[in-house]
Amino acid sequence: MRDKATTSGLRRRDLVAGSAVLALTLVAPRAARARPTLEEAIRTFTGGADVKTGRVQLAVPPLVENGNAVGLSVKVESPMSETDHVRRIALFNEKNPQADVAVFHIGPRTGRAEVATRIRLATSQTVAAIAEMSDGSFWSHRADVIVTLAACVEDLL
Amino acid sequence: MTRALINAPKTARRGEIVEIRAMLAHPMETGFRTGTMGKAIPRDIINRFVCTWNGEEIFSADLFPAIAANPYLAFTAVATESGTIAFAWTGDDGETRTAETEITVT
Repeated sequence: MRDKATTSGLRRRDLVAGSAVLALTLVAPRAARARPTLEEAIRTFTGGADVKTGRVQLAVPPLVENGNAVGLSVKVESPMSETDHVRRIALFNEKNPQADVAVFHIGPRTGRAEVATRIRLATSQTVAAIAEMSDGSFWSHRADVIVTLAACVEDLL
Repeated sequence: MTRALINAPKTARRGEIVEIRAMLAHPMETGFRTGTMGKAIPRDIINRFVCTWNGEEIFSADLFPAIAANPYLAFTAVATESGTIAFAWTGDDGETRTAETEITVT
């Protein structure tokens, strides 16, 4: 009799825990939707300026197994002189909970406009690299990545 | 304690472009994950990285949760003079982790 009561008590506790998890999974996608779109994030970075395609080379594998660490590199065509160089390189994603990935501040002292890092991708999506030149122009390159095992799966059910 | 891996040449010719790679041991907790009982795990990331050459800033980065754990950054620099290349990672906790390496420019 006593045994039975304990088991049913445990079940009730499990149910409470379960519903808490369910409630969170229902809330999580809404939080994810509140993020700015890729275009909005880029517009915030450029301040509304025109973004041209070209000069930037974003190298990222087209198919990755693990979204927790995706190696990528960005290369920008620029002489990197005092008068003509890349000021900033920004990375944005399309479907992570947050659009920003990183902003790199470089200049003539860097010698080459080349950076590499490892990023997280929550799902298959587009990654964009935007370069800001010393003359104030913006250039971009986008790449699509297919992710088979996502990063932070529990948030994107 | 800072657990960082720095990869930079020990010597370089003046004007040469050298490659610098830096990695810090850090979980980069995104703040988007939930732990036991659906409790949100608070965000704890490295949000700023600065690299200086004899005190002059040559490269810096603003980092966001989308950077993978153990943040790795590779970039280049023009070898101008012998001295110290210093690295500083600042986290959400307000703490700054530092590392440095010596370079001889001939």
